[in-house]
Amino acid sequence: MKESLIQYTLHLADNSLILGQRNSEWCGYGPVLEQDIAITNISLDLIGQARNFYQYAATLINNQSAAKVSPPAGGGDLEGASEDSLAYLRKEREFKNCLLVEQPNGDWAQTILRQFFFSQYQYLLLEELLGSRDKQLAAIAEKSLKEVTYHLRWSSEWVIRLGDGTEESHNRMLKAIDELWRYTGELFEAASYELRASGEGFGVDVSKLKESWQKKVSDIFSEASLIPPSGGWGAFMQTGGKEGRHTEHLGFILTELQYMQRAYPGAEW
Amino acid sequence: MTTHQIDKQTIYSYLEEINDPEVPVLSIIDLGIVRDVKMNGEEIEIIITPTYTGCPAMDMITATIKIQLATLGFKKIKITQALSPAWTTEWMSEEGKRKLKEYGIAPPNPKQQVCDQKLFAAAEAVQCPHCNSYHTHRISEFGSTACKALFQCLDCKEPFDYFKCH
Repeated sequence: MKESLIQYTLHLADNSLILGQRNSEWCGYGPVLEQDIAITNISLDLIGQARNFYQYAATLINNQSAAKVSPPAGGGDLEGASEDSLAYLRKEREFKNCLLVEQPNGDWAQTILRQFFFSQYQYLLLEELLGSRDKQLAAIAEKSLKEVTYHLRWSSEWVIRLGDGTEESHNRMLKAIDELWRYTGELFEAASYELRASGEGFGVDVSKLKESWQKKVSDIFSEASLIPPSGGWGAFMQTGGKEGRHTEHLGFILTELQYMQRAYPGAEW
Repeated sequence: MTTHQIDKQTIYSYLEEINDPEVPVLSIIDLGIVRDVKMNGEEIEIIITPTYTGCPAMDMITATIKIQLATLGFKKIKITQALSPAWTTEWMSEEGKRKLKEYGIAPPNPKQQVCDQKLFAAAEAVQCPHCNSYHTHRISEFGSTACKALFQCLDCKEPFDYFKCH
C-alpha cells in the first residue's frame, strides 16, 4: 500500500512540476504582457500543486524509512527525503510524468494546446481524486481543482480563439494537434502503480476518464473549427513516460531545473 | 476552559497584527487564512490554509508568525497547513473587503457570480475602487498575483486589480 501510494503521489507531483517548469519558460516572452502573466500564473499554480504532492511523498518516504523498510525502487537516494530532494535529485528515469507535459513549448498554439489537453485531463482526474480514500490526496485535489478550473477555461478559450481565428492561427493549431496528439493516449493507460492505486481506492482509474475527455475535446474542437488528425482516437500513441521512459526532452529540462543543486549540492539562499 | 478561551483570544489579537506581505493592508485574519488556534499545553498550534497552492507569501507568513510570537515570549509554536476545506474568498472579513477597496483593489464579489466553467462569460460587474463606477471591463483573468485579475474602469479610465472570487 505505502509503496504504491508513494509512486502514485510522485507521478502526480512530476506531472505538475514538469508542466509548470515548461510554462515558466515563457516568462518574459509571452505574446502580450497579459498572457505572459497568465501562463506564468498557471505555472505557479502547477508548481504549488507539485510542492504539496512532493511534501506528502517525502513524509510517506520518511515514515517508511523510520519503519526500517527499504526505500522504494526508482525513488533515488531518498535518505531523509524532502520536497527539494525529490524535485532536484532524482534522475530522468525516476521521473514518472506523462510524455505530454515534457514536450517543448513550440509556438503559442502548441503551448496552449498542451495546456488544454492536460487541464482537461487534470480536471477530470482531480474530480475523481476528491473521493480518494487517502485524505491528504483528496485535500490536495480539492485545493487544486479550483485553480485547474481557471486553467481549463483559459486554455479552452484560447483553443477556440486560435482555431477559429485567422488562417495563420488555424494552421498553427492544426500543426500543434499533429505534434501533440500522439502523447494523449498515455494519459488513459494506467501504469502499474496507477492500477494498484485505483484498486486500493486511493487513486483514480484513468481509463474511465477517456470517454469524457474525448467528448470535451471534441466539443471544443468543433467550436474551434478543428478536427483530430487522421487516425483520430485510434491513431498510434506514444507511451512510457509514466514508467520512466521519456522523450529526449526531459533530460534537457532536468539539466536546467536541477543545475544549481547538482553544481552546488545543498546550496540554500 | 475560561483561561484557554482568553489565551486563544490573545493569540488571535497578535495574529491580527500580521499582514499579508503582498497586500499589506490586510491582516492574515482579514484574509481568512487562519483556520484555528489550539493550545496544546505549552505549545501553540496555528492552523493556516493557503489562498492558492503556489502562493509564495505563505512561507513568509509562516516565518512571520513564528518570529512575532517568539518575540512575545512564546516558546513552542507549531504551524500546521490545512488544505481542506479549501480557502475561499467568502472567508474574507467585511473589514478586510473595506480595507482592500480603500487601498485601490476591488474586493471579491460574492462567490456565486462567476466561479464556473462557462467559456467567454461576460465579466462580472466589478465596481471601480477609485470612482465607484460599475462601467468596468476585465482585461485579464490573471493578474499581478495569483489572487488577482486585471480590470479597467471605462469611466475614469484607471486600471485596477480585482481580488477575484475563488
